Amino acid sequence: MQWPVLMVQARLSWRLLLTVPDPDPVHNYLITLTTYKKRFTRESQTVEICPRMESSRFYFFLFALAIFASPALSDLLLSKVDRRIYLTSHIVRISSTLKVENAGPETVSEVLLAFPEQQAKNMAYLMATPHEGKGKVKNPVVALPVEVVNPKDMPPALTFFSVSLPKGLAEGGSFTFDVLAVFTHALRPIPEQITQADIQLVLFQDSAYYLSPYAVKAQSLTVKLPDSRIESYTKLESTKIHGSEIKYGPYENLPAFSYSPIAVHFESNQPFAVAQELVREIEISHWGNVQVTEHYKLVHGGAQSKGEFSRLDFQARPNVRGASAFRYLVANLPPRAHSVYYRDEIGNISTSHLRGDSKKTELLIEPRYPMFGGWRTAFTIGYGLPLQDFLYESEGKRFLNITYSSPMVELVIDTLIVKVVLPEGSSDISVAAPFHVEQWQETKISHLDIDGRPVIVLKKTNVVPEHNQYFQVYYRFNKLSMLREPLMLISGFFFFFVACIVYMHADISISKSSASYLAKQQWEEVQAVIQQVQNIVSRCLAIHDKLEASLRDLYRTGDIQACKAARKAADGVLKELSKELKPLLTTLQSSPSAAQILPKVEELVAKERELQEKVMVKHSTVVDGYEKKSGARDIENRVALQQQKLTALRQEVDDLLELIDEI
Amino acid sequence: MATMPILPNMPVLDLVKSFKLKTKQQELLIRVSILCLVYVLAFITRLFSVLRYESMIHEFDPYFNYRTTLYLTQNGFYDFWNWFDYESWYPLGRIVGGTLYPGLMVTAALIYRILHFLRFAVHIREVCVLTAPFFASNTTLVAYFFGKEIWDTGAGLVAAILIAICPGYISRSVAGSYDNEGVAIFALLFTFYLFVKAVNTGSLAWSLASAFGYFYMVSAWGGYVFIINLIPLYVLVLLITGRYSMRLYVAYNCMYVLGMLLAMQIRFVGFQHVQSGEHMAAMGVFFLLQVFYFLDWVKHMLSDTKLFQAFLRITVTCAVAVGAIALGLGMLSGYISPWTGRFYSLLDPTYAKDHIPIIASVSEHQPTAWSSFMFDFHILLFLFPAGLYFCFKRLSDATIFIVMYGLTSMYFAGVMVRLILVATPAVCLVSAIAVSATVKNLTVLLRSKNKGVQTGSTKGSSSSKASSKALLDQSQPFQKNGAIALLFGAFYLLSKYATHCTWVTSEAYSSPSIVLAARGAHGSRVIFDDYREAYFWLRQNTPPDAKVMSWWDYGYQITAMGNRTVIVDNNTWNNTHIATVGRAMSSYEDEAIEIMRSLDVDYVLVVFGGVTGYSSDDINKFLWMVRIGGGVFPVIKEPDYLVNGEYRVDKGAAPKMLNCLMYKLCYYRFGEMLTEYGKPPGYDRARGVEIGNKDIKLEHLEEAFTTSNWIVRIYKVKPPNNRW
Repeated sequence: MQWPVLMVQARLSWRLLLTVPDPDPVHNYLITLTTYKKRFTRESQTVEICPRMESSRFYFFLFALAIFASPALSDLLLSKVDRRIYLTSHIVRISSTLKVENAGPETVSEVLLAFPEQQAKNMAYLMATPHEGKGKVKNPVVALPVEVVNPKDMPPALTFFSVSLPKGLAEGGSFTFDVLAVFTHALRPIPEQITQADIQLVLFQDSAYYLSPYAVKAQSLTVKLPDSRIESYTKLESTKIHGSEIKYGPYENLPAFSYSPIAVHFESNQPFAVAQELVREIEISHWGNVQVTEHYKLVHGGAQSKGEFSRLDFQARPNVRGASAFRYLVANLPPRAHSVYYRDEIGNISTSHLRGDSKKTELLIEPRYPMFGGWRTAFTIGYGLPLQDFLYESEGKRFLNITYSSPMVELVIDTLIVKVVLPEGSSDISVAAPFHVEQWQETKISHLDIDGRPVIVLKKTNVVPEHNQYFQVYYRFNKLSMLREPLMLISGFFFFFVACIVYMHADISISKSSASYLAKQQWEEVQAVIQQVQNIVSRCLAIHDKLEASLRDLYRTGDIQACKAARKAADGVLKELSKELKPLLTTLQSSPSAAQILPKVEELVAKERELQEKVMVKHSTVVDGYEKKSGARDIENRVALQQQKLTALRQEVDDLLELIDEI
Repeated sequence: MATMPILPNMPVLDLVKSFKLKTKQQELLIRVSILCLVYVLAFITRLFSVLRYESMIHEFDPYFNYRTTLYLTQNGFYDFWNWFDYESWYPLGRIVGGTLYPGLMVTAALIYRILHFLRFAVHIREVCVLTAPFFASNTTLVAYFFGKEIWDTGAGLVAAILIAICPGYISRSVAGSYDNEGVAIFALLFTFYLFVKAVNTGSLAWSLASAFGYFYMVSAWGGYVFIINLIPLYVLVLLITGRYSMRLYVAYNCMYVLGMLLAMQIRFVGFQHVQSGEHMAAMGVFFLLQVFYFLDWVKHMLSDTKLFQAFLRITVTCAVAVGAIALGLGMLSGYISPWTGRFYSLLDPTYAKDHIPIIASVSEHQPTAWSSFMFDFHILLFLFPAGLYFCFKRLSDATIFIVMYGLTSMYFAGVMVRLILVATPAVCLVSAIAVSATVKNLTVLLRSKNKGVQTGSTKGSSSSKASSKALLDQSQPFQKNGAIALLFGAFYLLSKYATHCTWVTSEAYSSPSIVLAARGAHGSRVIFDDYREAYFWLRQNTPPDAKVMSWWDYGYQITAMGNRTVIVDNNTWNNTHIATVGRAMSSYEDEAIEIMRSLDVDYVLVVFGGVTGYSSDDINKFLWMVRIGGGVFPVIKEPDYLVNGEYRVDKGAAPKMLNCLMYKLCYYRFGEMLTEYGKPPGYDRARGVEIGNKDIKLEHLEEAFTTSNWIVRIYKVKPPNNRW
C-alpha cells in the first residue's frame, strides 16, 4: 500500500525537522494524506515508494542541522521579498522581487540565491533582471549574470547561485531585482494512478518563507493555481485564499535559512506534455529555404491512467471522463512558414489545422489518440521557412539566427538535440548560444552530396519555453558551391547521352567474321548506297521543280534568255547527277544482298529518266512557243497532254521513293 | 514587286525541306516518342493513390514485404536470408528467409542502393511505394517488344498502350501496392517474351536470357508455376501440330535445364522442380523432346520408312512406359509430392470450398463474376476473341504461344478473381493484335482509295488506270465511308476504354484500404484513419513484448505498424494455429480465456464496423473463423451460430452467437451508443439491425483502447485473480 509508506516518511521528517517553527504544516499535511487514504484506498494499489519524496524529506533535515554551524554570510539583508509561484501549467514558475540592502561596511557586488537541492535539480531556467517599476519598460532588460557557486561553510544540501550586481553596493545602498526560476517535474501527481473518470490532483511543495542565506525583513508569497478547486493546502497563521490564489504572509524579520514547508494539493488538468526527446533538424539551403524537421517523443507526464479506457464515455463527456487527457498541442511557428507537415513513422496524421497571419503561423496538432496519463506518442512535424528571414551576413561570414527550442506551447523537453545542417562546403563554423549547451559536429549525407554536409549538434537537457531564444551559427560559404549540385546533375545526364551515342555508333559484336555479321554489314552498305541514290533522285526532282519555276517566270515576265540560262544550268547539273548515279547502280548490281531491292531501284531510276525527258520536252516546247510568239492558249494546249503524263510520272516516282524508304 | 518577298523565302523552304525527316526516321521518332509517353503514362496513372492519400504502403501483404525490405536494407542480405522472426506466429515463429519469395525485396533494396550510390538520399518507403509503378512502366516496354515479336510494331505499340492503363493490371500495381505481383507480372511477361524470341530465333543467347527471366520470376512470385506448366504445354502443342524444330529444341532445353537449376537457389522453392507433382509436366516434356530428337536422328539415319514406323512404335511405347513407371514409383515412394491444395483449387473451382476453408475464405480467391471481368477488361473482353481470330488466321510459333497463354490464363482468371492479373497481359496482347490489324486494314483501304480519287480527279475519266480503280470502287460500294465509320468506331471504343480505365483507377483501385475515406454530409471528405490510430497506440503504449491476438487478416499490419508480436498472420502456413484463434474467437469467454492464456495473449484486437457502417469487419468474417476453427476442432459447429441457416446478430440470433467472444468484444458497451438518428441505441449500421445482446459484461478482458470511429477495438487480457 502506498499511503502508509508516505505517512511514515512524513512522520520521520517531522520528527527530525527541528527548526521548523510551527508544526502545523506537517500536521496539515498528515491530515490531507489521511483524507486521500480514505478516498483512494478502496481500490487496490501497487506499492511504490517514490524516491523523490524520500530524498526531499531527508534533505530538509540535513540542511536544518547544518544551519547551526553556518555563520552569517555577509552583512547583506533583504529588506523586501515578493514571491509569486505560478502553478497554472505543469511548468512551475517562481518569480521573486528582491530588494537587497547592504548593512555592512564593505562594498558588496554579489548576491547569493539559495535553492534546496531538490528544486535545483528540477530547475530548468534561472534569470535575474534589474527590477523596473511599472510602465518603465523603455530600455530592453539586460539580464544580470548568474552563476553556480559553492561558498564555504554552507549547508551542502543547498545549491547556491550568485547574482552579480551591475555595480557594487556600498554601505546603506540598496538594489532591487527580479528573479525568475522555472522548474520542471515539480508537480507530483497524487494519487499516482487514476482512472479515466478521476480528476488529476497534483502536489506542490515549497517553503512559506523565502529561503535565503540572508535575513529577510519583510516578505510575502502568492501561489497562483489554475483553478479554484483546491484539494488541500497548508494553513499557516496568515494564509488567505482568493479564488484560485493563495497568499502567505506578510512575514517580518525572519532570520537566515528560515524554512516552513507548505504543500498545495490541487486539481490540474493542464496538458502535462513532456517531450522525452526532441530532435530538431534545421537544414539550410542557399536556394532560399530553411527546412526545420522536429521529431518528438512525447509522453503525458501526469498521473498514470489505469483500468479501462472507454471510448464511449470519452466521446459522451470528454471533459468529465478524460479530463486529465489532452487531445491537442499548439505550435507557434514563425511567420511565412510553408509546406508544413505532420506525420509519424507509419504515415501522415490527418488531424491538424494550420492558421497563419503576418505575425505568426499557428499549427494545431492532434495526436492520433487522446493522451491519457503515461501514454506515449511520437511524431514529426516539419516546415520550411524563407531563408532571408533567418540568414544574415556580417564581415564575410554568414550566420543563421534562429530560435533554439521547440515552437510548442508549454512543453517540457527532457533532452533537446538541435542539429544545424549547413550546406556542403561550409567552413569555419562557430556557434553563439545564449546558454550552455553541449556541442559537437557530425556530417550528414543528403541528396547529391559527395562528402556530406557539416552538422552542428547542440544538446541540452531540461528545456522549457523560456529557452526559446535566438542562437547563431556562423560559417563561411562560397556562393559558387551552390552550383555544384546542378552541375553534377547536368554532367550526369551529359555523360549518359554521350554513352548512348557511343553505344549507337560503336561496333560491339564479338565475332567479326561470322556470316550474320558480314551479311549485316553488307546490308548496311547497300542501305547507304540506296540512300545516295535516293538523294540523287530527289535532287533531280528539285531541278525539275526549278525548271518549272523558270517556265512560270517566263509566263509572267516573258524573259526567254533567263529561261534558257536556267535550262542550260539544269542540263549541266543533271548530266553530272546521272554520272554520279552510274557507279552506285553498278555497286548495287554487284552486291548479293541488294538483289531484293534492285528491281525497284532500277525502276525508280528509269522512271526518273523518263520524267526528266518529259520535262525537257515540255520546257523546249514552251520556250519554242514563246520564241515563235504563239499565243499563250496555244502553248497551253500543246503542253496539256504532256503535263498530264508528267503528273502521273511524278506520282509514280514519289510512290517508288516511299516504297524504297519503307524497305 | 510582289515577287520580291517570295524569292528570299525559297532558300528557307529548302532548308526546312532538308530538315524534313525521311519516312523511316519519322516513323522511328513517332514510335519512340509514343513509347516514352506510354512509359510515363503507365507510371503516373498509378499515382492517384499518392495524390489522393499519401505515399504509403497499401493493404495487407505489402506491409510484410515492406517490413522485410526494411530489415534487408538495415541488416544486409545474409541476416535477411537467415532471419527467424519471433514477432509472428507466436510461439512458433517463422523462418522468414526460407518462406518467402525474396525477389521483390531484393529488387527494392537494390534500387535503394543504386539511388544512394548516385547520391539520392531517398527513404526506403518511397522506393517501395514506387516499385510497382516502375515495373508497370517496364512491362509496357516488354509488351511492345512482345507485340512486335508476335505480330508487328503497330500491334506492339497498341499492346503497350493497352497494358499501360488496363485496370486488371493496375489493381495490383498502383503506387503503394508493394506486392510480389508488382514485379512478377513484369517478370512473367519478360520470360515469355524471351522464350518466344528464343523459339523464333533458335538462339542460345535468348533462351539463356529467358532462363534468367524465369529465375527472376521464381524469386518473385509463386505464380511461376504457371510458366513452368504453360511452356511445356506450348512445346507439347507444337510437337503435336508438327511444328517441332531445332529452334524449339534449343530454346526449351536450355531454358528448362538452366531455369530449373537457378530456381533451386531460391530456398522457398528448393528441390520442388524435381520433387513436386506440379513441376513434373515440364520434366516429362523435357524427356519427350529428347525422344523426339532421337527419333529424328534415327529417321535421318534409316531410309526405310517401314522400319522406322516399327521403331517409332517400340520407342514411344517404351518411353511412355518408363515415364509412367518412374512417376508412379516416385509418387508411391513419396519422393514426388502430390499436387497441393492450391493447385487443385485452381483446376477445380469447387475443391477449396469443400476441403480448404482457409483458401476459400480469402476474397481474392473467389470465382470471378462477369461484372469484374467487364470492370477489369472493358472492351478488351470483346477484342480478345477478335484477336484470337487474327492469330489463327496467321498461325506461327509465336501466335500459337499467345493464343495458348490467353486461353489458359482466361480459364484461371475465371476460377480466381486475382488471376485476372495473369490474364491481363495476354488479353492486352491479343486485343492489340485485333486493334492493330483492323486499323491497319482500314487505313490501307482509305489510303489507296484516296489516291484513286486524287488521280481520278486530275486525270479525268479517260485514263485506263482510273477506270480500273473506278471498277474496283464499284465492286465495294460504301467501302470508303464504311472504313471511315469503322475507324471512328474503333477510336470511340478506345477512347471509352481510356476513360473507363482512368475512372476505375481513380475510384476503385487507388484506395490504400488502411485509410478509409467517405463523403461527409456536406460533400466534404471524411477520413477514417482508425487502423493506424490503433496500431500506433499498440506500438507506443503496450509493453514491447506484448502478444496480440487478432484474426489473421491483420497480422502483417500489426507486426509492421504496431511492432508487436502476433499469434497468426497473413502467411497462413499453419492451419491449426489459425483454427485455434478461430476457436478462441467463437467460444464463450471463460473457454476462450484458457486458450488465450495458453497462447500468452496480452491483447486482443477486433475490427468492428457497426458505428461507421464499414462492412468488412470481423463480425462479417466471423463465419469463416467458425468454419476454420471447426475444421480442426469439432467442438465448434457452424450450425450453433446460425438460426435456420441464417446468420444474424439481432435479437433472433443464436444464443451461442450472442455470447461468443467475438460478439462480446465487438459489441461491448455498444448497446449504450446511439449511432443513427431515429434508431434505438445499439443500432449496427454495417448490418442494419439493432443488436441482440446489449448488456455485455467482460470478466477476463477489459477495454484497453477503441479508436475514434470504433473501427478497431483492443482489449487487454486481465492477469488472473489472486487466489486468496
